[in-house]
Amino acid sequence: MEKWRAADRLLKFSSRFASAVNWNNSCKSKQGKYFYSVATTVHRNPLFSSISPDDISYFKTILGERGVVQDALALDAANTDWMGKYRGSSKLLLQPKNTEEVSQILKYCNSRCLAVVPQGGNTGLVGGSVPVFDEVIINVGLMRNILSFDKVIVSGVLVCEAGCILENLISFLDDEGFIMPLDLGAKGSCQIGGNVSTNAGGLRLLRYGSLHGSVLGLEAVLANGTVLDMLGTLRKDNTGYDLKHLFIGSEGSLGIVTKVSILTPPKLSSVNIAFLACEDYTSCQKLLLEAKKKLGGILSAFEFLDSDAMSLVLKHLDGVRNPLPPSIHNFYILIETTGSNETFDKENLEAFLLHSVESGLVANGVLAQDINQASSFWHIREGLPEALMKAGAVYKYDLSLPLEKMYDLVEEMRVQIGPAAKVVAYGHLGDGNLHLNISAPAYDDNILAKIEPFVYEWTSKNRGSISAEHGLGLMKAAKIHYSKSPETVRLMIDFDYCVFELLPDTSCLDDNHSIICLCLSA
Amino acid sequence: MKIMVAIKRVIDYAVKIRVKPDKSGVETNNVKMSMNPFCEIALEEALRIKESGLASEVIAVSMGPTQVVDTIRTGLAMGADRAIHVDYPGTLYPLSVAKILKALVEIEKPGLIFLGKQAIDDDCNQTGQMIAGLLKWPQGTFASKVVLDKEKQTAVVDREVDGGLETLCLDLPAVITADLRLNQPRYATLPNIMKAKSKVIKKLTPEDLKVEIKSDIEVVKVTEPPKRKAGVLVSSVDELIDKLKNEARVV
Repeated sequence: MEKWRAADRLLKFSSRFASAVNWNNSCKSKQGKYFYSVATTVHRNPLFSSISPDDISYFKTILGERGVVQDALALDAANTDWMGKYRGSSKLLLQPKNTEEVSQILKYCNSRCLAVVPQGGNTGLVGGSVPVFDEVIINVGLMRNILSFDKVIVSGVLVCEAGCILENLISFLDDEGFIMPLDLGAKGSCQIGGNVSTNAGGLRLLRYGSLHGSVLGLEAVLANGTVLDMLGTLRKDNTGYDLKHLFIGSEGSLGIVTKVSILTPPKLSSVNIAFLACEDYTSCQKLLLEAKKKLGGILSAFEFLDSDAMSLVLKHLDGVRNPLPPSIHNFYILIETTGSNETFDKENLEAFLLHSVESGLVANGVLAQDINQASSFWHIREGLPEALMKAGAVYKYDLSLPLEKMYDLVEEMRVQIGPAAKVVAYGHLGDGNLHLNISAPAYDDNILAKIEPFVYEWTSKNRGSISAEHGLGLMKAAKIHYSKSPETVRLMIDFDYCVFELLPDTSCLDDNHSIICLCLSA
Repeated sequence: MKIMVAIKRVIDYAVKIRVKPDKSGVETNNVKMSMNPFCEIALEEALRIKESGLASEVIAVSMGPTQVVDTIRTGLAMGADRAIHVDYPGTLYPLSVAKILKALVEIEKPGLIFLGKQAIDDDCNQTGQMIAGLLKWPQGTFASKVVLDKEKQTAVVDREVDGGLETLCLDLPAVITADLRLNQPRYATLPNIMKAKSKVIKKLTPEDLKVEIKSDIEVVKVTEPPKRKAGVLVSSVDELIDKLKNEARVV
């Protein structure tokens, strides 16, 4: 029996490796709105089963009528990603209410060889949160309880279910005098389980570090239904391999995260924001270094956007005005400080800014005088993805690059693309993370051909990352080799294989077209 | 012509207000304070009038304890030429503020006094009207548009009233209070913040101005409004009518 299983497993893997470069033609026929990267192609593995009426009845016995969704409209939303770029054809959406239900669903799907895709807020930008084909969607959105909040230890420790929306957690903590260690534009819809599975970065990584540091524990359900309880609330625990780190950022390929325990920093009262204009990229870099030196302890965000980004936002976003009228400057920097002494922080920031103006690093700038003005500065930066969507088609790239080289890529891309599309750049300069967006009137393979593989090769040559924080998903799984060595990828695959192999009764790989397998096929 | 603008330091508009446990007032410890939004709009209008050449100087005035100077600095950073801080540690109600302003007006002799229509902490909407009464000056409150005529020495003010818009013509000197749609205040730019550091803030006390602060009002208790109850889904029109009739008693 065991030998058969091993051989069967190898067979499935190899069929995936061998799978050719053929997009499902029916996808292409839905032209216009939906778009797929020409370079990546996936074939539905015939070894996965299709849903049968018996499956539906079984799910209904576990989840009740309301937990099993087959309504066309609801499915349409769940099948499509936020950008409208990736579209699956799933016929079934499941909404478990607790870990036990998740475990039962996965156990069943595993035994039936039904492919699944875990889904949270569906705000991902790389097609990782929607089905590729007809995978069963397991949406944890109903698991939104806050289980406990402890403010007695060093900082607050929040334990909650994976379906909690980030903004709701932020509001809850606000009342308690704490904040979430991450913040992103999608906070109104994204869920903490997805944030953790993607290792989301966000606007405050500069100050509070990545989720690898702030997540104290998590509970996840593996492919065969095994519940892995790693939900510690301890700050320090060096007992064996810290497996939660593998789940953080694994994009659901190892299991579905069901509960998260996270360290929450205290909410500090003194927040100041400045919106600055710089004439060239070198000044931006120098400003960052100066800010880290002079504002070190209180610096909480350092974002940048270029002139094309600013023009786009002013044109397409409602309720936005140019903080430094009348012209558009070459670069804009948003600096935020968070501290506990209002007067001291404000003086510190003002002194730093005035010095920057005098030394020529900053051409001009404004300092927010109240929370409303601060929000309006953030609205400009956080509203960029939305503005890009409204402007038409957008090719989105999220790259980590050495600071001094970052803008070179943008300029070279402009030369590559020419007048066909606009190259818009913004990002977390403080983290060395560039969000490169090419905005075109419509999706056009000619434009795409000029972008890829140029952008990946450029990034690889400079030892950057082709996905700083968005993850690989469907968009970039096959591109992993641009940023990871073959030996590293091999080990990832071996590990992935190992995890499933070691689990009793995993008769087939359940994570849909597991990212790792996509990587190997490239 | 000089323009005097009264500005107030209040809890920032975006802050979630909490009532103190002893119900004596609102929690102000460690809470972000800013310039009252309507005062900001008033100051912006004064600056625009000056920039159009119809006024020579904008003087920002604020009253209260030392911390008020932070807000005055914001006013100077926006572009006010100089400021006056009337130092008083306690709470000042609108009538006291109006009396102090009257004393200042007698010293500075401005042609126009601008205020916000109301402060967002007490929502009194009284100071502008009171000072106009004390000075016996005409008043244009809830202004959504102000047009000055230097020759005729008048101000044409569009007011936002319940029925729509009312247009008044006031002889200067006059009192105008600003409403939300009057303008969108400018941000404080770094060069202006730099310039503001060397602008003068004159400090005075109510005693200097021979104004006696006494209040006929005492805040007895502050409580939160009742929490909003969750909504209920009804399953039919009949049930809705029944609930409207028997529970909400509105039909």
